[in-house]
Amino acid sequence: MATQVEAKGWTRNDMAARAAKELQDGFYVNLGIGIPTLVANHVPPGMTVTLQSENGMLGIGPFPFAGEEDPDLINAGKQTISELPQSSYFDSATSFAMIRGGHIDLAVLGGMEVSEKGDLANWMVPGKMIKGMGGAMDLVAGVKKIIVVMEHVSKNGDPKFIPECTLPLTGKNVVDMIITDLAVFQRPDHDSQFKLIELAPGVTREEVREKTTAGYAE
Amino acid sequence: MQKIYPNAENALEGLLFDGMTIAAGGFGLCGIPERLIDAIQASGVKDLTIASNNAGIDNEGLGKLLRTRQVKKMISSYVGENKEFERQFLAGELEVEFCPQGTLAERMRAGGAGIPGFYTKTGYGTQIAEGKEVKEFDGEPYILERGIRADLSIAKGWKADESGNLMFRKTARNFNQPAATSGKVCVAEVEEIVPVGSLDPDCIHLPSIYVNRLILGAPYDKKIEFRTVREREAA
Repeated sequence: MATQVEAKGWTRNDMAARAAKELQDGFYVNLGIGIPTLVANHVPPGMTVTLQSENGMLGIGPFPFAGEEDPDLINAGKQTISELPQSSYFDSATSFAMIRGGHIDLAVLGGMEVSEKGDLANWMVPGKMIKGMGGAMDLVAGVKKIIVVMEHVSKNGDPKFIPECTLPLTGKNVVDMIITDLAVFQRPDHDSQFKLIELAPGVTREEVREKTTAGYAE
Repeated sequence: MQKIYPNAENALEGLLFDGMTIAAGGFGLCGIPERLIDAIQASGVKDLTIASNNAGIDNEGLGKLLRTRQVKKMISSYVGENKEFERQFLAGELEVEFCPQGTLAERMRAGGAGIPGFYTKTGYGTQIAEGKEVKEFDGEPYILERGIRADLSIAKGWKADESGNLMFRKTARNFNQPAATSGKVCVAEVEEIVPVGSLDPDCIHLPSIYVNRLILGAPYDKKIEFRTVREREAA
C-alpha cells in the first residue's frame, strides 16, 4: 500500500508546476514560503510575471551568486536575493497598500486547513509556539485570487480540506483554488461551492472523496 | 538647528523613560537600527512596549533588549527564530500583541499621519478581530484598527544629508519609513552623512521633517539571517 501511495499523485514540485498554470502574462504575484516559492521555477518562457516581496520589492530576482549576497536585499523569508532591471523598492506601508488594495493579481500560499466555505487556517496551532501571521492575513484579505497549495492529508492522515477549520483562521471565505498532491479544487466566486476539477496522475475520484471531509461538487 | 549627534547615547539623551512605547524599523535583521538598539540596551530603560515587525533573533537586533528583560510587550507580526523570545513568552514574562504585517505598517503610518484609526478587511473573522468594531462598507465587513503614535521612533537609513533628509537602500527601507513617522520624536542612524545639497530632492525617501536627531552609525554588522546563493553555470 505504502509503495502504491508513493507512485501516484503530485510531488511538491509538481504541485508548484500546477499552480504556475494559473499565471497569466503581466501578472503581479506574491508567493508564500515553502512549496509556493517553487512556483517561480515554473513561469512559462516568454511570459512576464512580476514577483512581489511583501518586505518592499517588486521584481524579485534569483538567489545571488556566492560572494554577491547583499544584507540589504532579502525576500520575505529573509533569504538573500538579487534584483532585476525592472525591480523597484518601497516601504512596508506601501507594500501592503498594494496587497490590501487589490493590486496584486495572485497569491500562492501554504495551508494547514481549508474549509468548504473557503476559510483558511495557516498561522497557528494552539499549544505550540506562535510565531505570528506575518503578512498572510493581509494577503488573503486583499489579493484578487488566492491559491492554497498543501498536502491533501496531514502527517497523521487527517483530511485538511474539511467542513469547518479547527485551527485559528487566517481569513474567512478567502480561498479560490486548492492544489493538493492528489487533486485541484476551484470555485468561480466566494458564494460558490468548490468543484473537483483535476486529479493527479493515478488518483481516483473515490480516493479523493475518501480523504476529504469537505463538501465539494464533482 | 543641529540634528547631528556624536553618538547614539547622546542622541537618545532625555528621550528614554520606563514604560515608554518605541516604534522600530527593520525586517528581520535587515535595516535594523543597530547603534540605537545598543544604546537603549546600555541605558537600562525598562518596561518597554516595542512596535516592530519582528523581535530580532537571539541576542541580535531587538533580541538584545529581550535578553536584558527591558521589554514588557512586543507588537509584531512574526517572532520566529528567537529562542529567548519563545522562553519568555511561554513563561508569561513577555506580552505579545500579534498584528498582521500590513496592519502594523498602516498603524504606524496612520499614527504618524494624524489618523487615530482606520478600517481594514485584514483579519476580519479571525481572532485578531475579537473585540474590535466591525463596519460594513459597500456590503463588505471591515474591522477598526488603531494608529500607533509612539513616544520614540528609531530608524536606520542609508544616507542622510546634514538637514536630516534621508534615503534608504533596497529592501532595508521596509518598516523604517512608517516607523520613523509614527513617533513623537524620531532618532535615525545612517551609514553616511553628506552635505546639504548632495542628495537629489526628488530622491528623498524620508523628508527631514521626520528626522529630529541623526547619528552616523557606521560601521555596520548587517548580519544575514538566511544566506541563499546560486551556482554559476560553467562557462
